[in-house]
Parts: sequence; structure tokens; C-alpha cells
Amino acid sequence: MFEKFKRFKKLLIAVVALGCLGLVGFGALAWKPAIARVVPPAAASFAPELVAKGEALAGGGYCAECHTTKGGQRFAGGYAIATPFGVLYSTNITPDPETGIGTWSEAAFRRAMHEGVSRDGSHLFPVFTYDHFTKLSDQDVAALYAFFMTRTPVHAPAWQNGIPFPFNIRYLQAGWKLLFFRPGRFEPDATKSPEWNRGAYLALGLSHCGACHTPRNLLGAEKAGNAYGGAVIDNWVAPPLTAANPAPAPWTRDELHDYLRTGASKLHGSAAGPMSPVIQGLAALPHSDVRAIATYFADVDRAADRLSSVSGAVTLAMSSASAKEGTQFDPDTRLYTAACASCHYNAGTTPLAARPDLALNSAVHLPDPSNLIQVILRGISAEEGMPGVVMPAFGGALSDADIARIAAYLRRTRTSFPPWPDLATKIAAIRRQTSATN
Amino acid sequence: MTSFHINGQAMTVDVEDDTPLLWVIRDVIGLTGTKFGCGIGMCGACTVHVGGRPTRSCITPLASVAGAKVTTIEGLDPEGQHPVQKAWADLQVPQCGYCQSGQIMQAVSLINDFPSPTDQDIDAVMAGNLCRCMTYVRIRTAIKQAAAQSKKVTSNE
Repeated sequence: MFEKFKRFKKLLIAVVALGCLGLVGFGALAWKPAIARVVPPAAASFAPELVAKGEALAGGGYCAECHTTKGGQRFAGGYAIATPFGVLYSTNITPDPETGIGTWSEAAFRRAMHEGVSRDGSHLFPVFTYDHFTKLSDQDVAALYAFFMTRTPVHAPAWQNGIPFPFNIRYLQAGWKLLFFRPGRFEPDATKSPEWNRGAYLALGLSHCGACHTPRNLLGAEKAGNAYGGAVIDNWVAPPLTAANPAPAPWTRDELHDYLRTGASKLHGSAAGPMSPVIQGLAALPHSDVRAIATYFADVDRAADRLSSVSGAVTLAMSSASAKEGTQFDPDTRLYTAACASCHYNAGTTPLAARPDLALNSAVHLPDPSNLIQVILRGISAEEGMPGVVMPAFGGALSDADIARIAAYLRRTRTSFPPWPDLATKIAAIRRQTSATN
Repeated sequence: MTSFHINGQAMTVDVEDDTPLLWVIRDVIGLTGTKFGCGIGMCGACTVHVGGRPTRSCITPLASVAGAKVTTIEGLDPEGQHPVQKAWADLQVPQCGYCQSGQIMQAVSLINDFPSPTDQDIDAVMAGNLCRCMTYVRIRTAIKQAAAQSKKVTSNE
């Protein structure tokens, strides 16, 4: 009996000791020192070329998109980001010494970008996509630093994040990093062209495409084995950027370039929703960079293997689309014709760029109807998608049942995919979610 | 505050973002050639051009046209002599006339997109523009006449 107890005691001590060691180890790993405050550097101390380069990079990284509230001052933070763990608010990245990053040295800024650690040593939440920015070169980070430190300082205290215990413990973020974060600069692939590598650098790092287009696991990390597999974000679908993309015509380099540069592609349609700020941000990058991103993704989606299918897809789309509209007596066709065909009708052998053909559109072919519903409800403003052109908002005009009929009609007549289930319920849900966030 | 161009003129209006463009055009700017029909984008009476594309202004929120170029029937041609307008006058297309500014704006872009429109093209693109006086037969004829005229003008250039 006594012997047994002694053995148990030994085991207990060993377990506790191991646990303590683990805790100390984790603590040592998780602990990051503060980096001393600096006197805010004078704007004149940064070379204008470096600031200009930083401005272009800030555009291509859409920094303003998350670090600015609607109608708020640029880069002053406070933008609410809904995550499965609660609402997080972006922070002030103007050089205000008290509430912004005015007292951050370049080393502190670089550590935040490369390691996701704040100047005071606390871990940043991965909603700030440092898992992508870690790939940025020191030179690009220096340019971004120069750009932000030369903005007008805005006094805007951080908002209280709305995430519950235990997710709000920043120390535990070290565990998340241990599991999912691989710090390190971009490493070029020697078997690929310089243009491909430039595109990969931008897509994987600065422009963090995977942040929306790669599905996430239960702990909110991008699934490593399913890069660009497509994901739901803010009640929209970020479609797959791989060969799994269901659009009838493959996303070739030219189509990707037109889409990313002009907001619309003839064989795919117009950018909308959360993709609009991406197009607007990329406008700051030179043509060569946008072409590089297009080159990279045309390889990711294996467009070259499917080039021969383009003309067939267009022919099929044109025959499925144009023959149907007009003074037909089928009520769904008539509804669609009155509401949509005046703009979306095409004739002949190829669609007109100004008339986005829905038989080729990704939104009609995705397994989830969210994007089609969103666009019908909200329309597309002149600043989004095709510049200067507008799609009206049918949300206040058509009932859920009528929008469901149009969506079902398009799915039935323009694709070979099965019908979307429960369209009216889905439309009602998206209406509720959109009005809740506006 | 929303700024845009209308018929070539810069305009800034202080109206709620979700106000339909049609209200702004008629009640704020005072251009009453564009008409209110159904209010749900299903009759075409309110059609204007935004960025050169025909757009139902009754369901287009003002915020959507920020920075855009809007053209109404008043701005289509300074003398009201656009080939489509001339064909409309020649053939005495309107009866009561209420839907006609929308019909003309839609027809102009139809001819731009399809310079030789077939009956099917006309049916598909114009079916969203209703005419309670049933002038459809004359509308069809006028579109074909204007298209022929436009092509002649283009080939003489």
C-alpha cells in the first residue's frame, strides 16, 4: 500500500514538474519584450521616393480598407471586423503619439508586420494578417513605415474589442502562432519566371489574397492544404481561385488582368462587394505588378490546361442566353427580361464587355447563391466594379419571392448545376444580415 | 453630400445617400423630362444613362452615382436632334408621351450596342420599357430607322 502511494507520488511530481516546465517554456516563448518608444520622427526625415513607394504598397495591401471606418478619418482605425470569436476593431495606424503608432520605431513596426507583435510586446490577433505580411521584404516594410509616419496624426483611441474570455488573452496567441504561424520572408521559386515570383510575392504577402479566398479552420487559421479553395466572408463568397472555380470560362492571365485592373472582365463580369476595395487598392500598383498577380493566379488555377475550353464555353453561354429573352409568355422569363435583360442581354457570338453576360458569371455558377443575391439586393455603385457604371439596387423593389424566381431562372437556364435550395429563406437571411451591419 | 456630373455639369447635392437618383434629378435639380413610372425598376420610364449605360434611376441610390456621369433626356443632344429623337418625331411615335423619354434613352443604348438590331434584340432590350398606349409598333420602326440613319452618319464620317 505504502509502496503504491510512493510510486504515485513520484508520478505526480513528474507530471507537475513537466507541466511547470511546459508553462515556463511557453511563457518564455510567448513573452516578447517591449520596444522602447521613440520621439516621432519628422516627416522630412523620410525620402519622398520611399514615401511614394509606401503609398503604392499601402494601396496594394488595402490598409485603408480595414484601418478606416465608414466616413472616418483615413487610417484612424475603429473598423469593426466580425469574426467567429467576436467583434474586433482595427487600430489607429496614423503617427499620433498617444493613440496611434507615432512612438513606434521602424523596428517595432517591422516586428508587428513580420511577427504580429505590438510595440509593447503584446501579441496581435491574426485578424491583422501578419501571417501574410511576414513575407514582405524589409525594404517594403520600410517604405510602408515611411508612408504611415508621414500621414497626418489623428487622435483616435482604440475601441474595446468584443471578444469573450479566454480568446481575449493575448498571451494565448503565442499558442496560435505555434500551431499555425510560419514566420519568414518570401522565398522565390527558382523554377518559375521572375514575373510569377513577383505575383506570388504580392498575392501571398502584401495583397493577402488567401485571407479571404482560403477557408479557415475552427481556430480561424487558413487551412494550409486548401489554399485559395474559396470561403464565405461577410455574407459573400470569395470564390475558389483554383481549378475548382466553377466559372464556365477559365480565369486566364488576360481575364485576370482585365478584372483586377479595370474591375470587370468580358468573360466573367464585374467585381462587387468585398472585392471592390481590392480593385481600388490594386490601382495604386503599376501595371507590371497587376500583370504579375494575374500570371501567378493563371498558374494557380491551371488556366493553360483549359484554354481550349474558352470558345466552347462562350458559344454555349451565348446560345443558352440570347435565345430566351423577349416577349415570351413564361412568367419567369418575363420577370427576368423586364428586370435584367435590358442591360444583360447579349446577341451574336460573343458578349459585349458593357453587358456582363450572366451565363458566364461566377455568381450564377457558384454552389452558394449569396453573391448573386447580394448584387441583386444592393446593386453595384459607380465606384465599384466597372468604373462609372451602375447597377441599380433591387432590394427595395423586388420581393424575396421575385428575387428567388430570377435566381432560380438563371440557375436553370444558364448553368447545368442543380437548383439552389431554399432561395427565399437565404434571401431573407442576407437581407437581415445586411441591415444589421449597416 | 454627393457629387456627380449631370448632362456635362458638375453637381453636388446634400441629400440622403439612399434617395433614389430619380428624385434628385426631378425634385432637386429640376429636370423633369425623366418620369416616375412604377418605382421598382420594372417599367423603364425613369431610364437615364450613367457612365453611358441605361440605368433605372428610380431604384438607383444617390450614393451609387458618386463621381459618375449622368445623362438625362435633356442632355442627350443639345438641340434634341439625336438620330433616335429625330426618328421619334418623324414617325410621331408617342401617344400620351409619358414613357417616351425612357424609351428613347433605352433605344439610344440599344443602337450603340447593336448597330443593326434584329427584332429579337429589340424585344429583349426594350421589353423592360412599358408603354400603356401600345406604341410598340412605332417604337420598333423608329428604332430601325434611327439605326439605319446612325449607320449612314457613321459611314459618311
